[in-house]
Amino acid sequence: MADLALDVSPTRQSRWIEGIKRGGARLWLGAALVGLLVLVALLAPLIAPHDPIEQDLMSAQLPPAWLTGGDPSYWLGTDSLGRCVLSRLIYSARTAVAVALIAASLAAAIGIAFGLVAGSFGGWVDQATSRLIDVWMAFPPVLLSIVLAAVIGAGLTSVIAAIVVVDWTRFARVVRAETMVQLQRDYAAAARAIGLSRGKILRLEILPNLVPLLVTLLAVEMGIAILVEVILSFVGISVAGDTPTWGGMIAEGRQIVYQAPWIMALPIVCIILSLIGFNLLGDGLRKTLDPVQRR
Amino acid sequence: MTAALSVQDLHVAIGQGTSSANVLRGVSLALEPGEVRGLVGESGAGKSMLGRAVLGLLPANATVSAGKISFEGRDLVTMPEPERRGLLGRRIALIPQDPMTSLNPVKRVGAQIAILLRHHLALSKRDALERAADLLAEVAIREPRRVLGLYPHELSGGMRQRVLIAMAFACDPSLVIADEPTTALDVTVQRQVLQLVERLRQRHGAAVLFVTHDLGVVAKICRTMTVLHAGRVLEEGETADVLARPRHPYTRALLAATPRADRPAEALRPVPPALIDSLWAEAHRLDRIAAMAPS
Repeated sequence: MADLALDVSPTRQSRWIEGIKRGGARLWLGAALVGLLVLVALLAPLIAPHDPIEQDLMSAQLPPAWLTGGDPSYWLGTDSLGRCVLSRLIYSARTAVAVALIAASLAAAIGIAFGLVAGSFGGWVDQATSRLIDVWMAFPPVLLSIVLAAVIGAGLTSVIAAIVVVDWTRFARVVRAETMVQLQRDYAAAARAIGLSRGKILRLEILPNLVPLLVTLLAVEMGIAILVEVILSFVGISVAGDTPTWGGMIAEGRQIVYQAPWIMALPIVCIILSLIGFNLLGDGLRKTLDPVQRR
Repeated sequence: MTAALSVQDLHVAIGQGTSSANVLRGVSLALEPGEVRGLVGESGAGKSMLGRAVLGLLPANATVSAGKISFEGRDLVTMPEPERRGLLGRRIALIPQDPMTSLNPVKRVGAQIAILLRHHLALSKRDALERAADLLAEVAIREPRRVLGLYPHELSGGMRQRVLIAMAFACDPSLVIADEPTTALDVTVQRQVLQLVERLRQRHGAAVLFVTHDLGVVAKICRTMTVLHAGRVLEEGETADVLARPRHPYTRALLAATPRADRPAEALRPVPPALIDSLWAEAHRLDRIAAMAPS
């Protein structure tokens, strides 16, 4: 047995290297951006130069440090209440990352379950699920979120719930279609011919084939979750008012955009970089994980 | 002695009600334990359907409308699903038609064999891989341990078919359905695969239902043969007898249309269209009679 393990590990390692190479620059850039975002969120208390809610009305609307009138202790300047913009951006990343990871994973779990069931059972089960998804998607997502926030109250939980409730359909639709395609393939018939039950076929044979697709979708969904959180906090129904969020910063910066444009521009830059990061990472991972593309 | 497989007056129809089409029109055949039966016929003769009916893997819109399929005395048609799944892969195995698509593209060869072994033999993961290496060695794959760690697309077609054959014989089945296992392979590889099937059959003592349209293959490895056309058995018997003294005109026509090394190419005769037409007319006449008969 020991020699078997020895036999396999070198090829396994070289496969990973090969896969990462195939992911290319996208994978690296995406991983770097997402990694940076997660790191910043985790280490926020350590790297933030100021308390994000500490006000200093004497030094309000300071420009970034390199512009004339900038204060070197406030790198990216201050907002209209004299709070450190950099610190607020850093702390906002915590909300964004928490929402992205939790909401996207939950939406994926629910969507995958529905998709697998609809795709494998077919018949009235599929009909019922598909109609449910159609009706669900016809409902405006932002309205749904606002209703949800009104019902369960503002806060991180309701933001996550709103995203999950709206976006599980994205996974369910794709997984349903792909499950149907995969079940038609010969290897699925061969799996039935060795006596595997439906559940085992889905779990052991079909699901691994969906991984590259799901990884891409999950990464894109994380980007979307960040965007939805921004929208909700922009309109003020996200987390509590004293917690900094990118959306909230945009809303605040909007009122003084002509006097202090950086207050609004900087969170937008953060959002764009995060979205680009998640999308590139998803793209790169798909190429890395798909063994069929290993030619 | 109980027959390994006994099919009695099997009718299979595709579709329902007035739009249904008959695929098998009362097929009967019996395989003794250890018997290799060639099932020959042109495309659309219903030979693959017969194999799939035995495995219980008919397409969703096809149903067994009448008849019995019994395996070692147990009726497969009325058998509850879980019980049949317990037989599939263990007592009744399939060698699929297309080795290129019948293995799961995203799972290592070892993992796929291990799924089968663990499902039926309750082995640990380690033991299953160990056993899988032995199985690959049995089908003359060099460096079996290395091959266990490879993905299907890293193997040639012949190698993949060997893996599938190894899987078919893995649990010592008493019946193997070989659904045109050599059709997708080139001639030199065909020969090796046929020898392999024959060797494993002798070692494991399984009965084999060898579905093919190649009379040369039948002559090589099948002791008995059944000629199928339009879902009816036209002729059956010992292979040597049938090939030497074919009784049915269709069998004679098939033989005349088969290229042979000991005959000039000019001696080849296509199967007369009039004969095919009359056979179909007969099949449809039987359908009408069956439809009129009170059921």
